[in-house]
Amino acid sequence: MSQKVLLHAKEVKIILNRLACQLIENHNDFSNTVLIGIQPRGAFVAKRIADILTIKHKITNLDIGFLDITFYRDDFRRGDKPLKANTTEINFVIDGKNVVFIDDVLYSGRSVRAALTAIQSFGRPSSIELLTLIDRRFSRHLPIQPNYKGRQVDAINNERVVVNWSDETNSDSDMVYITNKEN
Amino acid sequence: MSELSVDHLLGIKYLNTSDIDLIFETADHFKEVINRPIKKVPSLRDITIANLFFENSTRTKLSFELAEKRLSADVINFSASQSSVKKGETLIDTVNNILAMKVDMVVMRHPNPGAGIFLSKHVDAKIINAGDGAHEHPTQALLDSYSIRESLGSVSGKNVVIVGDILHSRVALSNIYALKLQGANVMVCGPKTLLPKYIADLGVTVETNLKKALNWCDVANMLRVQNERMDISYFPSTREYAMQYGVTKAILQGLNKKITIMHPGPINRGVEITSDVADSDQSIILNQVENGVAVRMAVMYLIASKIKR
Repeated sequence: MSQKVLLHAKEVKIILNRLACQLIENHNDFSNTVLIGIQPRGAFVAKRIADILTIKHKITNLDIGFLDITFYRDDFRRGDKPLKANTTEINFVIDGKNVVFIDDVLYSGRSVRAALTAIQSFGRPSSIELLTLIDRRFSRHLPIQPNYKGRQVDAINNERVVVNWSDETNSDSDMVYITNKEN
Repeated sequence: MSELSVDHLLGIKYLNTSDIDLIFETADHFKEVINRPIKKVPSLRDITIANLFFENSTRTKLSFELAEKRLSADVINFSASQSSVKKGETLIDTVNNILAMKVDMVVMRHPNPGAGIFLSKHVDAKIINAGDGAHEHPTQALLDSYSIRESLGSVSGKNVVIVGDILHSRVALSNIYALKLQGANVMVCGPKTLLPKYIADLGVTVETNLKKALNWCDVANMLRVQNERMDISYFPSTREYAMQYGVTKAILQGLNKKITIMHPGPINRGVEITSDVADSDQSIILNQVENGVAVRMAVMYLIASKIKR
């Protein structure tokens, strides 16, 4: 099993702090902006960024939600395994708001396309932006690009970029690595 | 577990506990979906579903149709009264003609027990049983258990009594299978003439005294007396039935605890339950109707995931 570490915990932390600062540059006090983590993996990134914004930068009344895109995906019945849904939690109005989608890895762009459709069920946002920790460039199937990206990666198609969050894996630290798909 | 163990939903008898857990977990997500401003998801946009109702139905048909539309499926409706069935066409011929129009899934209600099982062996489509004679009505049992779980936290260990016409009820049989599978204690209660002779073999307790049954239970599922299936008289009069087996507010107030009242509908107000009971805060009848759409969406979503293109 070949596994190459892309980002260590310290680098992940620096990148998340930078992304949070970039969000502040564009959204000031977040009074008209909401953060939406794309389930399941984007939820971890969204929570980290929300923590940085509220604890370090003293942003108050930050709205953070989680959007499940399972029922909007275009690969239903195309994979070997059926798609299992996650929880959607959007307990605020998104009409007229600036929505920031947050995901861990941007690959084909299909998840983001599904999220763009799914969010319409909740209203009409004023604008939608995309923040992603890892941008796998040159692998897009759709014309979708991130507004905020942590690190760009050139991974080939039979490789996977995996983000391990410490609170998910009960490990000491966050880590991003590239592995072969069969692993 | 992310997949059902069955390809068709023919009855609760063919499901296992993981299947039920998966259906309920998926239904939780769909319940959130149907409470959004826009209640539709595109999951089944390339699936065509035929609703074949060889027997009258209002709420089940509406509930299925709404669930199908919420999932963006294409829907065609068929009812036996307007069809060639009356001209002597067989079930397989009728269904094969419909399937020739490229239908992927069939939701069927039929007066004959086992019609769904028969069809699943002879046609190339996914079958969902929406009631076959006095045999099974799996989606009703699933939504009943789902409603108990929602109202009381879990089904396991709860005492559930099914009251009324057990003999002619497909809801009763499916409910007994579903409740037993999830670890509930099940009792049936009704006049002896309306209790099947060997019902205790299914692992249920039999009781003919309504007050004793209500004092024992956490949940009472009140069934309608199915006059349309009765060829002979099973009790002297509706009035006498209502006096012996009808739940009234006075009876509920005389119990030593607060029980939950369910009814699969349609209600005969004043017979199996009085209006003040049906409309009380102990009744979860309208929750059952709402949950019905979510549970049916879950079932169709999970069965459709078995269709490979």
